[in-house]
Amino acid sequence: MEENNKKTRRKFIDKGLKLGLVTAIGGVGLSKISSKLAAKPSKGSGETMELMTTDGTLIQVDSAEVVKQKPSHDHDEKYNVREGMPNRKFVMVIDLAKCKNALKCQNACNKHHYITGDNAWLKVYKMQESEDTAPYWMPSTCMHCDKPACVTVCPVDATFKRRDGLVLIDNERCIGCRFCMAACPYSTRVFNWSEPNQGETSEITLEMDMDLHQHAPSHPEHAGVPSIKGTVDKCDFCPHAIANGELPHCVTACPNGVFYFGDKYEDTVNNGEETVRLSKLLKDKAGYRLMESLGTEPSVYYLPPTDRLVDFEDGLDKYKEFESVEKTESL
Amino acid sequence: MKISDQLIKDLAPKKFGKRGVIWTIFLSVIIVLGIIAYIDQLIKGQEVTNMRDYALWGIYISNFVFFVATSFVGSVTVAILRLTKNSWRTPLVRIAEIISVAAIIMAGITIMIDMARPDRLLNLFIHARLQSPITWDVVIIPTYIVISLLLLYFPLIPDLAILKGPLEKTQPRLSKLYGKMALKWNGSKAQKALQEKSIRIIAIMIIPVGLLLQTIDAWLFSTTYRIGWDSTNFAPYFISGAFVAGVGALVVVIFLVRWFKKLENYITDSHFDKLGKFLVLACLTYLYFNVNEYFIPFFTAKKGEMAHLDMLFTGSYAPLFWLVIIGGLVLPILVLLFKKGRRPKSMFVIGILVVLGSWWKRFIIVTPTLLHPFLPIQGVPESWRHYFPSTHEWLITGATLAMAFLIITVLVRYLPVIPIQRTADEQQMLQSSKNSKS
Repeated sequence: MEENNKKTRRKFIDKGLKLGLVTAIGGVGLSKISSKLAAKPSKGSGETMELMTTDGTLIQVDSAEVVKQKPSHDHDEKYNVREGMPNRKFVMVIDLAKCKNALKCQNACNKHHYITGDNAWLKVYKMQESEDTAPYWMPSTCMHCDKPACVTVCPVDATFKRRDGLVLIDNERCIGCRFCMAACPYSTRVFNWSEPNQGETSEITLEMDMDLHQHAPSHPEHAGVPSIKGTVDKCDFCPHAIANGELPHCVTACPNGVFYFGDKYEDTVNNGEETVRLSKLLKDKAGYRLMESLGTEPSVYYLPPTDRLVDFEDGLDKYKEFESVEKTESL
Repeated sequence: MKISDQLIKDLAPKKFGKRGVIWTIFLSVIIVLGIIAYIDQLIKGQEVTNMRDYALWGIYISNFVFFVATSFVGSVTVAILRLTKNSWRTPLVRIAEIISVAAIIMAGITIMIDMARPDRLLNLFIHARLQSPITWDVVIIPTYIVISLLLLYFPLIPDLAILKGPLEKTQPRLSKLYGKMALKWNGSKAQKALQEKSIRIIAIMIIPVGLLLQTIDAWLFSTTYRIGWDSTNFAPYFISGAFVAGVGALVVVIFLVRWFKKLENYITDSHFDKLGKFLVLACLTYLYFNVNEYFIPFFTAKKGEMAHLDMLFTGSYAPLFWLVIIGGLVLPILVLLFKKGRRPKSMFVIGILVVLGSWWKRFIIVTPTLLHPFLPIQGVPESWRHYFPSTHEWLITGATLAMAFLIITVLVRYLPVIPIQRTADEQQMLQSSKNSKS
């Protein structure tokens, strides 16, 4: 008897719950439909207005339906660091024929980004495809890919791709899983394994920049200042310099005019000495991108190391296999 | 339906002996050392590890993969043997479920140890992005933990009710806890039907979830371009590897539990024989995927692939690689193919080989790949071209392994490791079929 009672009670609860759910869904649906139906034959004020549509035809509208549009406050006023600079698309061209491994690019980059680790953001690789082919120097930065593998795998959207082409890192959000480093085929990302200790000068730069551009500290556009323990850093294409109408530090530092930087939409790039048409440069000198086959669509183009004016050996005295960041005493 | 006193006497949880106490203290010491090392890592940063920008993942990740793989044992033994109606599983399933729970919980903890900013753990939920394989992991691991716990708990309910009475005098607190956890189980038909149904649902659910867990784990690697990871073979390769690691761990734990608790009457030599066949099946499957994984790139001999394979076959990782392949896979297959090799003691040795091999196998999957990127390694200290774990890494990893053992030990101590109700049912069925025959 008791067993039976329990069963009917269970059944009742079960059925009741199901019925309730159906009723709730039905009720919501009905109210939606009815509100739509009700909206159609709205009372109307009886007065009509003539308005012109965007394509120029005149239409008549019930004046009761005319609502004043609220002006958008966000428009053009707020700069969104995740969107980037409007209507720009930054690219770089690296002319391998000119590179003599002077390493001024690397030094400038290290200095201006206050790099204190052992791995520089910009490296000049000693390359040789096979024994029979000539060796050459290959500077490499972040490729700022249009289809960045690092951004795809980031679980928290800490590294992101902007409309102006830059791939940056929000190091206030990065959780330090290093998946982006594993994903990047160009080995461009570096990690802060310990406290970066960037020194006082970096703080002064930070404050100056904060005053100038009015933003919070640890801004992704911020020249790697401050770097944070347990997060990833990498070449940022120097947005802090671009914002001031300057070229990235590696471009201006290079004595041989290896680096060209510019805007793909304007089809021009500049190496500090000359401004050239990007499309013509890439066509004439057979430009290419690194590991095109991976489909990462880099924003950095290379010009092949042809007709070199200087011997490869000239750069060898500067080449350090095991060092890319000079350790200075006073930081 | 009466449960014999002998059964209860044999299978009810017993207090630790001297050996149990020493073992627990030993594990606790290792755990404490690991926690100290971890706190140091939190303070100083991951500088204390030997990971650097090239070897950016080390034993934290390979240990994580090992735990995930081992947790697969719950899906395989419990669910698959259940669905295929292999009744010899009865005395083994509870231990398999316990290993599964311990391993998956430790997998969740281990992956957090690798995060350099554990203080930002919540970002994984606040800013979660569905396209990242890590987010898939964040979804699947807790799901698997819940399902594994339920798979351990549901079949346990009747046993808890049975043991409540007998334990009342010897271990009153435990008896009280059992009473609460038994959810007023009285063994009625309705309750049994409900329990049966719940177990069936969970046992079916854990198969796709377990397969997904291993798959996602493989995809953490194969979604990158890296040579050695960029393989379409990776998910089944990981699934079969998990099969090996899980059953290997099961063999080792079963042997130890049987020995400590003197359960020779319940876990017989024939169980080891069956388990041995199961393990050899797992090893053969894994060997097949290993051949796929290494032979095809070796045959086409692309430059990048060859750099990777040279490192493994003849280079710096060769001793470890061949030790793992031969000692952890080929040798177990050869031994287990013979009936004599499937006796308990030989199985125990083979089980240990398989588990050790499985652990180092993950190390070989994770690290060597990172040490030959597409662009040459230049401009970094020479030490960055190699990787071997630091003392901190060993201490912390040792602690995670000890924690897994501790979870297993505690559960083995406080739960009936062999399902009592089902054993009784089976004995009764055996009895009645004998009676009807005679």
